[in-house]
Amino acid sequence: MKQLPIIFKREFTSFFATPLAYVFLLIFLVLSSVFTFYLSGFYESGQANLNPFFNFHPWLYLFLVPALAMRMWAEERKSGTIELLMTLPITRFESVVGKFLAAWVFAGIALLLTFPMVLTVNYLGDPDNGAILTGYLGSWLLVGAYLSVGSCMSALAKNQVIAFILTVSLCFLFVVSGFSLVLDVFNGWAPQWLLDVVASFSFLTRFQAISKGVIDVRDLLYFLSFITAWLMATAVVIDLKKAD
Amino acid sequence: MIKVTHLTKRFVQQVAVDDLSFTIEPGEVVGFLGPNGAGKSTTMKMLTGFLQPCEGNVSICGFDIGKQTLQAQRLIGYLPEGAPCYGDMSVGDFLSFIGQVRGYRGKELKQRVARAIALVELERVVEQNIDTLSKGFKRRVGLAQAVMHDPKVLILDEPTDGLDPNQKHQVRKLIKSLAVDRIVIISTHILEEVSALCTRAMVISHGRLLIDETPYALQSRSRYHQAVTILAEQPLDRQLLQALPGVMALEDNPLDGSITLLAKPGEVIFPAVNQLIHAQGWQVRELEVERGRLDEVFRSLTRGDAA
Ligand SMILES: Nc1ncnc2c1ncn2[C@@H]1O[C@H](COP(=O)(O)OP(=O)(O)OP(=O)(O)O)[C@@H](O)[C@H]1O
Ligand SMILES: [Mg+2]
Repeated sequence: MKQLPIIFKREFTSFFATPLAYVFLLIFLVLSSVFTFYLSGFYESGQANLNPFFNFHPWLYLFLVPALAMRMWAEERKSGTIELLMTLPITRFESVVGKFLAAWVFAGIALLLTFPMVLTVNYLGDPDNGAILTGYLGSWLLVGAYLSVGSCMSALAKNQVIAFILTVSLCFLFVVSGFSLVLDVFNGWAPQWLLDVVASFSFLTRFQAISKGVIDVRDLLYFLSFITAWLMATAVVIDLKKAD
Repeated sequence: MIKVTHLTKRFVQQVAVDDLSFTIEPGEVVGFLGPNGAGKSTTMKMLTGFLQPCEGNVSICGFDIGKQTLQAQRLIGYLPEGAPCYGDMSVGDFLSFIGQVRGYRGKELKQRVARAIALVELERVVEQNIDTLSKGFKRRVGLAQAVMHDPKVLILDEPTDGLDPNQKHQVRKLIKSLAVDRIVIISTHILEEVSALCTRAMVISHGRLLIDETPYALQSRSRYHQAVTILAEQPLDRQLLQALPGVMALEDNPLDGSITLLAKPGEVIFPAVNQLIHAQGWQVRELEVERGRLDEVFRSLTRGDAA
């Protein structure tokens, strides 16, 4: 555990060593404003809340978060620094979690930078600030889920572009698995419990529940165990693939 | 002490390391020699815990690298092949990161980093990003990283590759100074480095340990061991030379017109040659005794083995 903050710090600062961090922040802030204020009819809706803002996040993250995660391990393998990292006295847990947390906290900061939105809705009306707070929490958990998938895919593929595509595809599946369109595929032939399982895997239903201001422990547990599972998979994949 | 028993690593296409066993005591400087693809780097990767062997064990000062990985890794300083470092960091930041991982904080961290920088003369590039360094400087950063914590076991994969002659000298001096009471393992393709630096040479080919002896003994395997080369002003009487006791054969060197007398195994011919020269009153410009040619030994040991 002692090494975790050291790994975290190195990873976190390395975001800012390249333009990646700034590009990410810029695109995230611009796109979330554009979508919230122009495309979703924020002003016309006449309601003071941030629902349009949050509703759009699962789709925005679908492309931005994999871009943030893709270099996490792929870069280490490509440049050979993984050999250095794995021969320093650092546990697998420390390196996997340290890297993940660095990206998660970075994305959290990006999210916090959208606070002018909160000011705006508070200026325009009298929003439910509790719901806004849980919205932020849900959104951040969602980022964590995407990042954990991205971490594993980045460990799997030496090529960052492939890691990106794999992550986008997998996250897309997890997002849409709650849609009736997807569930219809299973309808009729699959047993009800399978339908429930598929639906319960959906990011979307969980996320929407949290961002409406309802914090259900099961939803929190879902995200946390989802992240844990993918990070454990990351550790396994690293051990299998590190030498290739 | 390092104890390696029946170490084996198989990849899909081939066996990279094949049943390697040896022990290394503190104070020894071991040189891994062998053709490309012989398994030197793969062996080092298993010694440092990066790769899991298919069979066999590695024990570093009593710690099993597979089971007590962290304890063993704390004792090891490792320069991986190609000296990979985080390119987006500056030299100073990178070394400070390594120092923190090695458990140093505050003033001690600063001292350790400064000392590592001084040891391989990195002062000039401390602020520079590693990505923008020349090959030799990158290698030096890798070395600085490996020696920072005064490791009991130092494992360096081609440490002098890409260094200029001054730096090669510097690094060899550094390795020698570190070697006291420690274990050093280097791999190299520069054969003179082994005689200049190592107390023990291991020749590996196709993953197998062919030879494990002192560099001098390795040199003695050469047909040129104890050979005498004469560069004279006038033509020499070849019959007289050939007839000297212990002389096996004569060889002409067309480049400079000198003659090399090969000694029979175990014989020393220099005194006899010297006497003959004096007795005949030959005008000799150069006279040289050889210990043996390592490249020739290397070739004959590993001929046709190059992967
Ligand atoms: N990850 C891997 N997958 C498959 N084969 C590998 C892998 N790593 C090494 N090898 C093979 O194992 C053999 C030994 O390689 P190794 O890098 O240990 O050689 P080496 O002695 O260090 O050579 P060099 O002098 O060129 O550095 C080679 O044939 C190499 O192709
Ligand atoms: Mg090698």
